[in-house]
Amino acid sequence: MKSATFEYIRAGSTAEACEALKQEGDSIKLIAGGQSLIPMMAMRLVRPAWLLDINEVSALKFITTSDDGHRNAVRIGACTRQSVVERDKALAERVPLLRQALGYVGHVQTRNRGTIGGSIAHADPCAELPLAAQILGASMILRSSSATRTVPAETFFAGPMTTATGADECLEEVRWPVWDERRTGSAFTEISTRHGDFAMVSAGAQIALGDDGRCVRASFGLGGVGQTPLAFPRLAQRLVGTQLEDEAVRSAAEDAAAESDPGSDLFATAAYRRHLARVLTARVIRAACEQARSKA
Amino acid sequence: MTDKLYPIEVEVNGVARSAMVPARVSLVDWLREELLLTGTHVGCEHGICGACSVMLDGEPVRSCLMFAWQADGHRVTTVEGLARPDGSLSILQDSFCDSHALQCGYCTPGMLIAAQGLLYTNPRPTDLQIREAIAGNLCRCTGYQQIVDAVRSAAARLAKEKGQR
Repeated sequence: MKSATFEYIRAGSTAEACEALKQEGDSIKLIAGGQSLIPMMAMRLVRPAWLLDINEVSALKFITTSDDGHRNAVRIGACTRQSVVERDKALAERVPLLRQALGYVGHVQTRNRGTIGGSIAHADPCAELPLAAQILGASMILRSSSATRTVPAETFFAGPMTTATGADECLEEVRWPVWDERRTGSAFTEISTRHGDFAMVSAGAQIALGDDGRCVRASFGLGGVGQTPLAFPRLAQRLVGTQLEDEAVRSAAEDAAAESDPGSDLFATAAYRRHLARVLTARVIRAACEQARSKA
Repeated sequence: MTDKLYPIEVEVNGVARSAMVPARVSLVDWLREELLLTGTHVGCEHGICGACSVMLDGEPVRSCLMFAWQADGHRVTTVEGLARPDGSLSILQDSFCDSHALQCGYCTPGMLIAAQGLLYTNPRPTDLQIREAIAGNLCRCTGYQQIVDAVRSAAARLAKEKGQR
């Protein structure tokens, strides 16, 4: 037994989970897939007195791709397994960046267990799903025993492994905006020591083009180079109206690298990470643009 | 502090098992130490090496990244459950022997579970798909090539057997 001792509660419903959170507050930790939490418990980096298991709450497992009043978003229940999302063809068409990012998340065995909400609530600044959420401007639906609120990605991610989620709140759903532009392209890439490991730097972009080939909408971001996943809305806005010429892309990538704040560790120096930030940003913008151009 | 015990019922390799477990016992420790199913190996114990892979409801997962109580009400298949009913090796296991896909054998149970999981959903995988499926399992002996060979060969043999039936 590697974890410190704890007791567990199995929630039968979201309401039950919220009630338990209200009662136990800070001494309780929610467990979904557990693919980050269990190693942290094994290393005794976290020692919760209680684990609140939401794996059996079926109401937290859904993907709604039909138009149901949230016309421009796909709603994913927080406890939906990453592998289920990965296999959903309708979702891959509507939120392609999410599907691309998932290809870099862990391995088959961890995606079979890991959840969409778990990765986002864990908020590792190097993780792919928080970055995808940041780039697309996803919304997190947080529920407590008394209220439900919606928090946009830009304020949800507050720091390394830190989010806007209160001690009495449960992440219930993640809402992913769907871009309606016909000529939309997206790309995701990363550099890591081995495929499936955490990235030294990851990058993603989504670009929409008008019929004349001009960029009408752009968003891009970087993981692993700051306290949270970073999106660059001001720099992305600068691309709108351009033909995404080399100069425009190069300058956006250079400025994104300059604005990022990477650290050094065993695997990469800050300077190398900044170099990757520049190179990968340009690469994903170009790749997303190529994909959009191919949709004549 | 004494650990509180929780009742669980898990179907392991087709057999219903019930037990009382402390909350912090991992699934792999329960399988090995309580059920004595020592085919599943414990490597890193924090989700990196893949040696502890088992099937949960037919899909490969890491049994060091689950607590035993989380398997309550679910179906677990370990490497012991891959053999044919008469105890002889499955086609996949036999292919591992034929292709020399193991040396020390430490990673083998996890590799077999990962490969079997792939073949369930994708009976004719490409080499790239095989490599993707076993990417979460570390092997320090073979250099992986023979393992890829074994899975490819098992897929071909399974397809042939299916065609004959």
